[in-house]
Amino acid sequence: MLDIVEQERKKAERRLASTGIRVLVCAGTGCVANGSLEVIKKFEEFGLNVEKLPEHKDFTTVKTGCHGFCEKGVLVVIPDLDVTYVKVKKEDVEEIVRKHIYGGEVVERLLYVDPKTNKHIFRNEDIEFYSKQTRTSLCNCGNINPEELDEALCVGGYEALARVLEEQTPEEVIKTITDSGLRGRGGGGFPTGRKWQFTAMAQNDKKYVVCNGDEGDPGAFMDRSIMEGDPHKLIEGMAIAAYAIGADEGYIYVRAEYPMAIKRLRIAIKEAEERGYLGENILGSNMNFTIHIKEGAGAFVCGEETALLASIEGERGMPRPKPPFPANKGLFGKPTLINNVETFANVPLIIKNGAQWFRSFGTEKSAGTKTFALTGEVNNTGLIEVPMGTTLREIIFEIGGGIRNGKKFKAAQIGGPSGGCLTEEHLDLPMDYDSLIQAGAMVGSGGLVVMNEDTCIVEVARFFMHFTQVESCGKCVPCREGTKNMLAILEKIVRGKATMEDLDLLEELAHAVKDGSLCGLGKTAPNPVLSTLKYFRDEYIAHIRDKKCPAGVCSALKTIQIQEDLCKGCSKCARQCPVGAISGQIKSPYKIDQSKCIKCGVCVDTCPFKAIKEV
Amino acid sequence: MSTQTNESLDLSKVDSIVKDYGYKRQNLIAILQKVQENFRYLPEDALTRIAVQMKLSPATVYGVATFYSQFSLDPKGKYEMKICDGTACHVRGSIPVLNAIKSHLKLEDGQKTTADKMFTIETVSCLGACGLAPVVVINDKVYPQMTPDAIGVVLDTLMKEEA
Repeated sequence: MLDIVEQERKKAERRLASTGIRVLVCAGTGCVANGSLEVIKKFEEFGLNVEKLPEHKDFTTVKTGCHGFCEKGVLVVIPDLDVTYVKVKKEDVEEIVRKHIYGGEVVERLLYVDPKTNKHIFRNEDIEFYSKQTRTSLCNCGNINPEELDEALCVGGYEALARVLEEQTPEEVIKTITDSGLRGRGGGGFPTGRKWQFTAMAQNDKKYVVCNGDEGDPGAFMDRSIMEGDPHKLIEGMAIAAYAIGADEGYIYVRAEYPMAIKRLRIAIKEAEERGYLGENILGSNMNFTIHIKEGAGAFVCGEETALLASIEGERGMPRPKPPFPANKGLFGKPTLINNVETFANVPLIIKNGAQWFRSFGTEKSAGTKTFALTGEVNNTGLIEVPMGTTLREIIFEIGGGIRNGKKFKAAQIGGPSGGCLTEEHLDLPMDYDSLIQAGAMVGSGGLVVMNEDTCIVEVARFFMHFTQVESCGKCVPCREGTKNMLAILEKIVRGKATMEDLDLLEELAHAVKDGSLCGLGKTAPNPVLSTLKYFRDEYIAHIRDKKCPAGVCSALKTIQIQEDLCKGCSKCARQCPVGAISGQIKSPYKIDQSKCIKCGVCVDTCPFKAIKEV
Repeated sequence: MSTQTNESLDLSKVDSIVKDYGYKRQNLIAILQKVQENFRYLPEDALTRIAVQMKLSPATVYGVATFYSQFSLDPKGKYEMKICDGTACHVRGSIPVLNAIKSHLKLEDGQKTTADKMFTIETVSCLGACGLAPVVVINDKVYPQMTPDAIGVVLDTLMKEEA
């Protein structure tokens, strides 16, 4: 079977080599929003252009998945001179073709400029955003066309599957995964090898492999990038898992908010089936495995594994009590293996390079690399992959390029609404499963939202509680009623109406919800409150006792005033005010009717004389 | 429940969708998605029809339809606007953008669709485009790095196209 893949790979390489210089244009969701489809169209039109002379080189435009550096999109990578162009617009295409592709010269003005040294940087690897990363599970994202199986083959796709089918027993595969120390990348961090072993041991004539692509954490998009940018790696990982546990059918559950991921997965599955990498007698072996796609319909709780299974069965996506665990009684009552997208994406790499290779990254108990979606108030936002155990400081200040607009770092929320916040004292904490749990946070899916001094931490806690309260499915009382009451207290606090007793009650409720809820959603919902209370209790107290929002965010706790000595009476603010709260006579100072004012701050931004202030 | 409209619904479309999915219980969510795609919302009559066709109780179908936020039992506008209020968008100012949209479209609190059935707004939790925060999606087109002013320009352009 290895020889089939090898032959196919050589054939694919020959075909791709004959298409000329490769122009890799990012077509991930971020770059598409920045206009990459127009850039691609321009390149393709130019490819057909009559102006091309015989000595000019051919080129092919390759639509790739996410490169990760979404902030600087549209990204165009041309490997022949090893350069990355950033913020490319469709107007720049002609210059790139004429100067770079036909002329062999780099278009300097489109290169990334290092904000620290002000120098132009040619290669991806030299941009600080990339140079500090270790991209393994993301290694193909951005380098291949995800809609062509040949491209995946050229970078070693399906080699690991062929190898296990030809050389290894299911037990050997499970042993390699166990030895590698891979842990679930979706949040919990459960050892993947053990999960596989439990499902393999379950006796049944029918078993399922399910991939959890219901990436619901606000602020996380690594799974989307893998599904969009390297779908064949996910399919290969699932097929290897199916072989190891003895399953012949699989499901990928993708949230409906990711239409592009769904489309690319469908294309990939279809081509893999047509060419014998999925379906019956895979690569001539006696293994059968088919994959179906199930679209979610917008329910965060479906990221919880038992709720996800209920949703695949067409039910309301509500969690079920464990045990029985899915490994024994899962989808349609059959033994089921559920792993997250990123977990499966690591599998082919581990099989190909060995457990020891995987262990060479990360820490003793958290092996390998982890992707993080770095967002919020950092200079470089985007998708990154680093060895487990990298410190928060390296991520925010080296890869992320520090805080925007020279502001001060205040906190980073990790793990979304189930996670906790990390503060300045955690900057040198190694980011791995166990250290983060100790700090009252969790790796979660890897969403990392950075906040600066202008962020009100109480408001952020309220925001997350609002999220979990809305998403609570309502099955168990602690979560349904607890989150509702916690939210009510937090709303009182940000409106300046709470008492110190409310704060005690909030804390008590938080522990009750954490201990009493049925599933992970409820058990982790109080985390943002508990961790912010731990590190920023003084901010809560400022809201309650002093009726002040230290960050100046909570609008109920501020008033907007016009300073009469600065106001020239231009009337601009009165015209912009959405509620008509400002009135006055032209050329004399205006006044704000505080009973009407909704404190939106539009007037503050509008005033040309800086006469309006929030106090 | 849904607002009843005067137009009579072509429920034969519902029948053929249910049939395409083999009347299978596990396909209920996919069936609801297709039906919603067809009518732009889930009319009450269509839900009942699905239940009858699939031999399920109307409560079961209604229960699934109301569980998932993607489903709407009210008619939606021609332009469906999703304002992302995920963490990253929230800290970069999605709420001022939302307020600007509301005042631009003259929407009351709690009102989601404009009187002329042109625009429907809803907030969603993370569209996964956090690198471009704050984002607004209008009929699947992503508008990155929105500000109250920028979204006003977008809305004006759309309204002009319609006028």
